[in-house]
Amino acid sequence: MIIAEIQEEIVDEFSMFDDWMQRYEYMIELGKSLPLIDEPYKTEDNIIKGCQSKVWVHAELDNDKLVFTADSDAIITKGIIAILIRAFSNQKPQDIIDANTDFIDEIGLKEHLSPTRANGLVSMIKQLKLYAVAYQTQLN
Amino acid sequence: MIKTSLDIASIRKDFPVLNRKVNGKPLVYLDNAATSQTPQQVIDVIVEYYHRYNANIHRGVHTLSQEATDAYEAARGKIQKHFNIAKPYEVILTSGTTHSINLVANGFSSFIKEGDEILVSAMEHHSNIVPWQMLCERTGGILKVIPMNQNGELIMEEYHKLLSEKTKLVFCNHVSNALGTINPIEEIIDAAHNVGAAVLIDGAQAAAHIKPDLQALDVDFYTVSAHKMCGPTGVGILYGKEELLKKLPPYQGGGEMIAEVTFEKTTYADLPHKFEAGTPNICGGIAFGAALDYMNSLGFENIAEYEDELMSYATRQLLTVEGLKIYGTAKNKTSVISFNIEGTHPYDIGSILDKLGIAVRTGHHCAQPIMDFYQIPGTVRASFSFYNTKKEVDVLVEGVKRARNMLL
Repeated sequence: MIIAEIQEEIVDEFSMFDDWMQRYEYMIELGKSLPLIDEPYKTEDNIIKGCQSKVWVHAELDNDKLVFTADSDAIITKGIIAILIRAFSNQKPQDIIDANTDFIDEIGLKEHLSPTRANGLVSMIKQLKLYAVAYQTQLN
Repeated sequence: MIKTSLDIASIRKDFPVLNRKVNGKPLVYLDNAATSQTPQQVIDVIVEYYHRYNANIHRGVHTLSQEATDAYEAARGKIQKHFNIAKPYEVILTSGTTHSINLVANGFSSFIKEGDEILVSAMEHHSNIVPWQMLCERTGGILKVIPMNQNGELIMEEYHKLLSEKTKLVFCNHVSNALGTINPIEEIIDAAHNVGAAVLIDGAQAAAHIKPDLQALDVDFYTVSAHKMCGPTGVGILYGKEELLKKLPPYQGGGEMIAEVTFEKTTYADLPHKFEAGTPNICGGIAFGAALDYMNSLGFENIAEYEDELMSYATRQLLTVEGLKIYGTAKNKTSVISFNIEGTHPYDIGSILDKLGIAVRTGHHCAQPIMDFYQIPGTVRASFSFYNTKKEVDVLVEGVKRARNMLL
């Protein structure tokens, strides 16, 4: 599936929830259930320091696709990461570079991307794109 | 109900923002240690300033300028009286505590020599750590830390051991913003003076709860931010003893702070203007005066008595939540409860509380060394004001329980 289709699928899933409680419970479930990153990659180098919660990201190329793994010490952050990974991992670097992130607004999680939350998510999206740029250069 | 001489229901009507709904729920504002809310009486003063006499001060001959100058200087007088400061010109109006501390740190660059020692407490806000680190980098001074114990109290024996003839300055907050500890500043000041060191006390967190008598304390510098005591943001004070303020060089150059300017040489204005370069936050200064009037009309003893009761109640109720741990359990503390719940991250708790209309602060509270001390990423901090109620505490406790159930 291409990124836009996955995002649409996520938006559809979230549209089934009536209120914030259900959305948060779902994200917490996602956060709890996903084995996100291999311990050896949970290093200082891979850490994106936010003001509130830590986020680790690791990227590697699998043929022509970029595979992301990530983790966080906060569970809601981890849930959002799981959603981002689902949308962007296993995609071609150029597609990741070109993708937009408006679907985060559409699923009602906009406040987590506000710079005042300073939770590393904004930096994380930037980091995913930077990895994509770096690997795209490598592929060229 | 808490027994109090304050009419809390009527006081709450003074604060328009408390009627707000957040995420569909009545706002429960428990982030007072970051910024307190503003009563209508102060908002009216701000509106009146812009409606009637907005003008630059200290220089116009016209009526508006004169009225603005009178109101601004009257506010300085109120501040002087409130903190029992000897002379009005020992009150330097600044943009707030951070500005005040930087002003002193910058000024002391000229006096600190290599090897001189500066003591800071282990529970400082970053704004009372970073300026001194910068000062030490410039001068070769050495920064030493007064340690604290697990309760979040300074270890005073260690403080006395650290003091020596090399000590030139001591910096400490009156109340810790992250833990709520009230520090024994009388002892800190006296002991520092015995070795000839000057003392700056950061009163940002204290001034909304305690009315300090700065002459009785004999403190050399004391800093306050108006926005933590019902005033507007962007204004505060540096109190300094006259002889010290005279010794310190100006911090910023500009208008207002000069006596005479030629291209060869400038002579500086007298206190307080030497430190008040440029057009100040005139409206903010006047409103700060109004905020002090408001708080004094309630009475600081009444405020402290009520807030202490409220905090004891909140402490008892929060401790009924399974796995909840409070950081900062000093015997002497005020209005701040920092906590975590075992197995959860403060960010997650704060995010869920926000959805319930409850405003708390989460994170390291600009005091990372404290979080390192406890080896935690941060805390959830509920901080109380006199307009908060037991009912709001109950909403908080229910919210925390609900967050815990969702997360674990």
